[in-house]
Amino acid sequence: MYFARWKIIAIFAVILLGVITALPNLLPADVRERMPAWLPSKTMNLGLDLQGGSQVLLEVDRADLVSQLTNQLMGDIRQVLRDERIGYTGLGRSGTQVSLRIRNSADVEKAITNIQELAQPVSTGLFADGTAVNSADVTRDGDRIIVNFTDAGLTARINRAVQQSIEIVRRRVDALGTTEPSISRQGADRIEVQVPGLQDPSRLKELLATTAKLQFRLLCEEQPQSATPSSAPVGCDLLYSTDEPKVPYFVQTSSRSTVEGEDLTDSQPGFDQQGGEPIVSFRFNQRGAQRFGELTQRNVGRPFAIVLDNEVISAPRINEAILGGTGQISGNFTVEEANDLAIVLRSGALPAKLQIVQESSVGPSLGADSVRAGMIASIVAVVAVVIFMVIGYGLFGVFANIALIANLILLFGILSLLQATLTLPGIAGIVLTIGMAVDANVLIYERIREEQRLGRTPVAALNAGFDRALATIMDSNVTSLIAALVLFGMGSGPIRGFAITLALGIVTSMFTAFTLTRLIISWWFSRARPKAIPL
Amino acid sequence: MRPIRFIPDDTKFQFMRFARIGYALSGFCMIASLVLFFTVGLNYGIDFKGGTLLEIQTKGPADLGNLRRTLSGLELGEVEVQGLGTPNQVMIRIGQQETEQATQESISKVRGALGADVTYNRTEIVGPKVSSELAQVGTISVLVAVVAILIYVWFRFEWQFAIGAVAALIHDVVLTIGLFCVLGLQFNLSIIAAILTIVGYSLNDTVVVFDRIRENLRKYKSMRLIDLIDSSLNSTLSRTVLTAATTFIAMMSLFLFGGEVIRGFTFAMLWGVIVGTYSSIYVATPILLLVGVKRDWSSVTDKAKVAVNNGNASKAKSATMP
Repeated sequence: MYFARWKIIAIFAVILLGVITALPNLLPADVRERMPAWLPSKTMNLGLDLQGGSQVLLEVDRADLVSQLTNQLMGDIRQVLRDERIGYTGLGRSGTQVSLRIRNSADVEKAITNIQELAQPVSTGLFADGTAVNSADVTRDGDRIIVNFTDAGLTARINRAVQQSIEIVRRRVDALGTTEPSISRQGADRIEVQVPGLQDPSRLKELLATTAKLQFRLLCEEQPQSATPSSAPVGCDLLYSTDEPKVPYFVQTSSRSTVEGEDLTDSQPGFDQQGGEPIVSFRFNQRGAQRFGELTQRNVGRPFAIVLDNEVISAPRINEAILGGTGQISGNFTVEEANDLAIVLRSGALPAKLQIVQESSVGPSLGADSVRAGMIASIVAVVAVVIFMVIGYGLFGVFANIALIANLILLFGILSLLQATLTLPGIAGIVLTIGMAVDANVLIYERIREEQRLGRTPVAALNAGFDRALATIMDSNVTSLIAALVLFGMGSGPIRGFAITLALGIVTSMFTAFTLTRLIISWWFSRARPKAIPL
Repeated sequence: MRPIRFIPDDTKFQFMRFARIGYALSGFCMIASLVLFFTVGLNYGIDFKGGTLLEIQTKGPADLGNLRRTLSGLELGEVEVQGLGTPNQVMIRIGQQETEQATQESISKVRGALGADVTYNRTEIVGPKVSSELAQVGTISVLVAVVAILIYVWFRFEWQFAIGAVAALIHDVVLTIGLFCVLGLQFNLSIIAAILTIVGYSLNDTVVVFDRIRENLRKYKSMRLIDLIDSSLNSTLSRTVLTAATTFIAMMSLFLFGGEVIRGFTFAMLWGVIVGTYSSIYVATPILLLVGVKRDWSSVTDKAKVAVNNGNASKAKSATMP
């Protein structure tokens, strides 16, 4: 039962470290702030289910992105062929495919060369050398040309769209002014947004579901006569207003009559100087200011539509040319709506629609209830196990209990240090650890008992007990660890919390049962020098 | 103060005499569970079925009938309204809507219908896409765990042991599913987590018994296998009972005081402790009797000796310095 001095020091250093890192959890926030900087002041992170808050899982709408890409490709092909003066018919799309027929078969080769240039390689970003893949395959079938997006190309686009969306989502959520939102990527095409403290996620969802593609478009001469027009005249789109009931508008489609909002540099909520109603003011960069100036100058006296995500927000008349590159949007907003519109315009347009595929929110009172319930359950579990161990093993039970407490302290310390998130299932993991942590001690003690019954001396029985139980403890704990690791790999938030506490609990219990109990027993033994082990 | 023995020393239960009854009992329960699973089926929660779960708090005592009428008026399909302990707490479940979009709209409809006098304690919305994925991930993770454990036990022991261990695991999983079918309890993602933990716990128990059997196989080369197994089970019995007891106590306190949200999870765990302990004695071990085990462990023992010697490098001193 000999312990080298460095071992004793190491054991106590580990436990002391555990105490220091676990301690901030017990201190009130103001004490923690006044502590010297070198002391760890991190506490365990409470999950949304414990502190209350909202979580939303967004998915980049693949279909929407593909349809945008194919539309764009069709527009580009139209442009290129027109520039090259190549006649074509039947330009159309189906799924991820765009096809067209070239009128003059002599032009097909030339057309293919031009279109191939459009299918520019996109970087996959998977390899350090920036290996690029073609975003589309161009094939020929007689005088027909078929352009197909490649899977690798689409995947790369989606990847880029997700990264871009994360940035935009971050800016929008930050602008809400909530504390410490967390935005992270989940899998290939999902984004998880967690906002602690936010109880009703509906406003968050509205902010995130907006693509924020802003356009200023001239209205057509002819405007709809009924509330439900069947079709728009040539060169016009039929769009509806955001009001209830929806008002239909015919809006010009040509690019000459449109200014895109992508040149916006800033937008702010404010109040109209005359009416005092909430408005959103915006500012263009130089290019946008120039185009906006030209459009308004040419069309003074005509109405134009401010279109957000294909909905008409308002359709004011152009009173004078707007040359400075600034303007304002009014549209019967509430203060909150104006604020949100300013946020989405400022943070830019999402590359594709985001769909909400999952959400959860927990009110702060339920969270607090859960924390209280978890604490009570943990305390009851500790007390019950402590009593049970003392009844079953007497003094050695007390040793095991010391190890159990040290184990819990270490567990809390590591959780604080790692800044792992403590969830309600995480608390369940801790309680389970409490129950199972003494298992190692039980195994050791039962072995000692047996060895003693076989007639070994106390020292031999103690040593044999620890040594022989070691392999068993290892084997049995590894299997539990495997289960915990698989749970962690499953990756769903709160359950991950359970897997973390369970896995950490298994590891720390192996340490405390094996080193700390052994050390305590060796001290006790050298003092008491008993004739028999009291087990 | 003398410790109290919960299990006396030198018990000589002839566990394996009842192995046949064990097979019959386990076999019957497993078949019954499977039949229930395919006929009655599980009461899947929104994690797997998709849908919406709301926990609301009303100002005064809630009128469940009225709530039910209001909500079914919205024509959202399956709507379930249920009291939650206190009179002003209500749980509302709404079945899955066709699309993600429709799901979002259903929520605003419900909020509109319930008015402003209601506090929302908890909202869970799982869209159709995610729910099918979660079900898939849940099933795969249980399979992955079983395979990983099979491989581990195979490496550390012998294939016969691995078969026994996995038979016990499948037994535990099937019986837990059976129990949830019988009681009609919500089967959601946290129950999958509980099952995985049960798998870990049950195996923990099984491995301790196996360890002792392996040790005894080396020690008593000519003992009848059935006696050897009985003796191994008896010598680990005290530990089995004590650990099961402490784990059960801890889980019981979580079940009683841990709150409504994780009650299903802790219930499954309590069951898991019982069924896991049973299966390591009456499912995992008897399999060794059925398939037989390798009795010549000499090569393995050599390896083990090396390991023990390494492990004892520091103990060499300890014999002299207690």
